[in-house]
Amino acid sequence: MPRHEVVSPIPGVFYRRPDPDSPPFAENGSTVTDDQTVGLVEVMKSFHQIPAGASGTVVEFLVGDEDEVDAGQPVAVVETG
Amino acid sequence: MRKLLVANRGEIAVRIIRAARDLGIPTVAVHSKADGDALHTRLADTAVEIGPSPASKSYLVADAILTAAKETGADAVHPGYGFLSERASFASAVADAGLTFVGPAGSVIEKMGDKVAAREVARAAGVPTVPGTPGGVEGVDAAVEAARGTGYPVMLKAAAGGGGRGIRVVHDEESLRGAFGQASTEAQKAFGDGTMYLERFVERARHVEVQVLGDGSDAVHLFERECSLQRRRQKVVEEAVSPGISEETRQAMTTAAVNLCREVGYTSAGTVEFLVDDRSGEFFFIEMNTRIQVEHPTTELVTGIDLVAEQLRIAAGEPLRFTQDDIERRGHAIEYRVCAEDPTKDFMPQPGAVGRITVPSGPWVRCDTWLEPDGTVPPYYDSLLAKVIVWGADRDEALARSRRALDEFTVAGIPTTAGLLRELAAEPWVGAADFHTGTLEQWLAERKETS
Repeated sequence: MPRHEVVSPIPGVFYRRPDPDSPPFAENGSTVTDDQTVGLVEVMKSFHQIPAGASGTVVEFLVGDEDEVDAGQPVAVVETG
Repeated sequence: MRKLLVANRGEIAVRIIRAARDLGIPTVAVHSKADGDALHTRLADTAVEIGPSPASKSYLVADAILTAAKETGADAVHPGYGFLSERASFASAVADAGLTFVGPAGSVIEKMGDKVAAREVARAAGVPTVPGTPGGVEGVDAAVEAARGTGYPVMLKAAAGGGGRGIRVVHDEESLRGAFGQASTEAQKAFGDGTMYLERFVERARHVEVQVLGDGSDAVHLFERECSLQRRRQKVVEEAVSPGISEETRQAMTTAAVNLCREVGYTSAGTVEFLVDDRSGEFFFIEMNTRIQVEHPTTELVTGIDLVAEQLRIAAGEPLRFTQDDIERRGHAIEYRVCAEDPTKDFMPQPGAVGRITVPSGPWVRCDTWLEPDGTVPPYYDSLLAKVIVWGADRDEALARSRRALDEFTVAGIPTTAGLLRELAAEPWVGAADFHTGTLEQWLAERKETS
């Protein structure tokens, strides 16, 4: 199965949930569409949604909730096709 | 005051440390992991690391800050702006630890930070608030009756709404009658409560705020600032004094602000915010900020009074050093917030490494910043890089000097908003002070379309 890496375009802090009281945007095994949000990156007090970028199944998160990420760093893997 | 701990970072921490040093007070900086080599960390006499880089794990942890104060023997805490500055529980915790909080008491922060309680204080002090119904109105006829009192246009708001949802603006009785039922039904569906209340809607609103100083028994004002140039409710350019109000309004507004401070026995520096109806010149109290503000240097440049130094003197127990008559203003000052954001990419924040930097200076130009050559802009905190503040004998001179100063501002390595601010300082509508709180966003939208 082709693997698509979801990449954060910006550095910051990665969040898997829209807010602390909500469930995660996606779990391992979740089916996602390419424009579906799988996480947020907070940079300088502003939040940016990270879309899956491909339709398929989320098979792995490469960073944890509240982990720091660099620009261009893969944060999750989606299996397509 | 023997030793001051500065519970903040960035330009305001640097600013506070400088004021303390001017007064001969030793300082303690607290810093996160990312700020280990920051300017405020190095300028202070002592520095304490209080936690990991994210603010939620360092600058927002009250216990870590109080522990640092104890360990270093600090007897006073300055909160700066943002972070813990308007958290009443922090002010109280500082006082309970036997330390001096540079700001008003926790109870005053709590009262003035609560919109409903602050409006009540304003009414008691005879300060005008936005006309409206205090609670819900019973049905359409009651709404029409209430609107006769507030005047049109009125904003119809769902009592249970929030964040701009459930709001409708109507311009006359006929449209109010048409809109009320539907708005109430929608509110019932959306929020489970159809109760509506009414408030006067100001179409061209200017944001004008009065700077005050109080020592608990007396209060004075240091005139006003206008901060109408905003983007997403964030101030971008501020000036002292307001070019958009009459001398008569200035007199009435500054008197109202002082009355409000006397009503609560206000201590320290504070700002009383007003909304001004640009058409009628009427002004209404919105809220009070119980801290030093980002834009305070504009007031300093027109009055010659160091507001942070006065905060420290008041906190140390000194009475106000000025009567109202002692405080004069001279010329005009404008502040520009230069941020690490890319105006060509919808103001996307851009942290990263910087190379050479040129910070403007020269006659009547002040630049408050934490940024240094070959430094790093961390991703964890707000995007403010520097405040460029200029003074001129009059507003035209200040604007001309703004263009010179902003032309000089360069940072290699990351995009900034300096170029956009330079462009703004040359706009004829800015020169004519023909703006309200929505004007900057309109201009940005038009500019985007034509490019």
